[in-house]
Amino acid sequence: MKKQITGEIIIVGNNIDTDQIYPGRFLAITDPKEIGSHCLCGVDENIASTFPEGGIVVAGTNFGCGSSREHAPIALLNMGAAAVVADSFARIFFRNSINLGLPLLVCKGISKEVEAGQTLTLDIEKGQITVKETGKVYSCDKLGDQAMKILEAGGIKPMMRARFQNK
Amino acid sequence: MHAIEKILAKNSGRESVSAGEIVTAKVDFAEINDLYLQTVYSFYEMGGEKVWDNTRAAFVFDHYAPAPDIKSAANHGEMREFAKKNNLKFHFDTNCGVCHQVMPEAGVIYPGMIVVATDSHTTTHGAFGAMGTGCGATDMATILMTGELWFRVPEIIEVRLEGKAPKGVFPKDVILHVLGQIKADGAVYKAIDFTGSYIESLNVAGRMVICNMAVEMGAKTAYMQPNEAVMEYVSKRAVRPFEVQYTDADFQYEESFVFDVSTLEPQLACPHSVDNVAPLSSVVERGEVKINQGYIGSCTGGREEDIAIAAEILRGKHIPEYTRLVVVPASSEVMLSCLEKGYIQDLMNAGATITSPGCGACLGAHEGIIAPGEVCISSTNRNFPGRMGSTKAEIYLASPAAVASSILNGCITDPRKYL
Repeated sequence: MKKQITGEIIIVGNNIDTDQIYPGRFLAITDPKEIGSHCLCGVDENIASTFPEGGIVVAGTNFGCGSSREHAPIALLNMGAAAVVADSFARIFFRNSINLGLPLLVCKGISKEVEAGQTLTLDIEKGQITVKETGKVYSCDKLGDQAMKILEAGGIKPMMRARFQNK
Repeated sequence: MHAIEKILAKNSGRESVSAGEIVTAKVDFAEINDLYLQTVYSFYEMGGEKVWDNTRAAFVFDHYAPAPDIKSAANHGEMREFAKKNNLKFHFDTNCGVCHQVMPEAGVIYPGMIVVATDSHTTTHGAFGAMGTGCGATDMATILMTGELWFRVPEIIEVRLEGKAPKGVFPKDVILHVLGQIKADGAVYKAIDFTGSYIESLNVAGRMVICNMAVEMGAKTAYMQPNEAVMEYVSKRAVRPFEVQYTDADFQYEESFVFDVSTLEPQLACPHSVDNVAPLSSVVERGEVKINQGYIGSCTGGREEDIAIAAEILRGKHIPEYTRLVVVPASSEVMLSCLEKGYIQDLMNAGATITSPGCGACLGAHEGIIAPGEVCISSTNRNFPGRMGSTKAEIYLASPAAVASSILNGCITDPRKYL
């Protein structure tokens, strides 16, 4: 995992649920790229097609609430998102994202501090966000040891592969 | 310790656990629903060969029951192959119903266990004194490989519900009211223990309605100390011996919320969030809300009790022309019992459309999708934008009695008018 991530941001609101991130009507799709093409279409159908590669999604409170569908982080990753920063996350979404190696940072109030199109640099290990345009630095909640361990391994899949190869 | 902590301690081989600790615990039952073919893919991607215990994992085909399109039919096919290859003892195909109803019926849910399923509403099983929690496809694949999962021991909050519910107030109204107060992110990462005289006297179905919607406050899991109704239910069905866990008298909740159920009236969650709750009468007072579709079904609102009250309200009457009522029994057991008692016939005679048991249109997959500009009143658990179809449709959540009363009248209507 890259410990520093720099990318252009888009901003979404509070309580963006998994139905808005990835609507139920697309759940039978299994191709990751196709899943990515529908990302956040419950918020705005044009987000996925215009999303900057390697960009960062900034959200309000309780991002990813609702269903346990892993399609949500799969969609974000395949839309080209490098990370998600939010005031807070719902727990199953949080686990699913870390498992798939999608870095998340909790930074209370961040969604009101930044503007769409700005460029942020995230330091995942330190739990810090720097806004390129203003030079402002925000400190975030640090990820727990378990989440960091999984992210550093590149997600739960490489960890499990290593564990089962040794058996 | 709390009963939930005792369950986590027991399954992780520890004397005790406390909030914030990370433990690796054995999973007593793992369930994969038919949205999660990714579980099978992740299983093989991680080097999985065989499911750890073929008596403790099952598929439930409920979200696409029966398959609405070629893609979901093909996904079912791949999952059936996996189930066959692993010789899974339990398998619930498209004829069975919603996982959270089907699993307790099959006896794989019992007090003191940990159940993990690829569905956020796994909190439902707190109704039985079990620790139920939802996970994604890849977490599930790690369970299928190892039989265990890491958990952060949650902080536990108490929601104490005291008193007797007045006429027209159902478990759905109670949990909607609680949600409206605690809010959609009020219990994120936490466990909710529902206590109090109302819960102690509640039947199994009512307890499931309330625990089901704990996740709508962000909760990791829910718990209710098993009462007589639960013990009667599980003693007839449980496929394994079990041990009920009890919370120590000196346990300190992180926070306690107390509600007096006896003062409540029927509630409504208004578009587009589950915590946008108001007394139904206050919404009606603001002006008539016309309804295109009523919907009774799902893991929170499709049980026999729900269908029975709708049948009682609609028996011998007919819904207005150009409206529709979709009724989706939560399981085949529920449907058979409702047929035997004549509820299904009553509802069909009243103009209802009955579909096969399953999740139906609750998540916008099929069987009752709503169009732009339409308004639906539903006994389900989510009213997010686009949840049941168009993002330009509106969903109101209410008790099955309020759904039946509203569709009968063509607009949102206080169920006490018909009870």
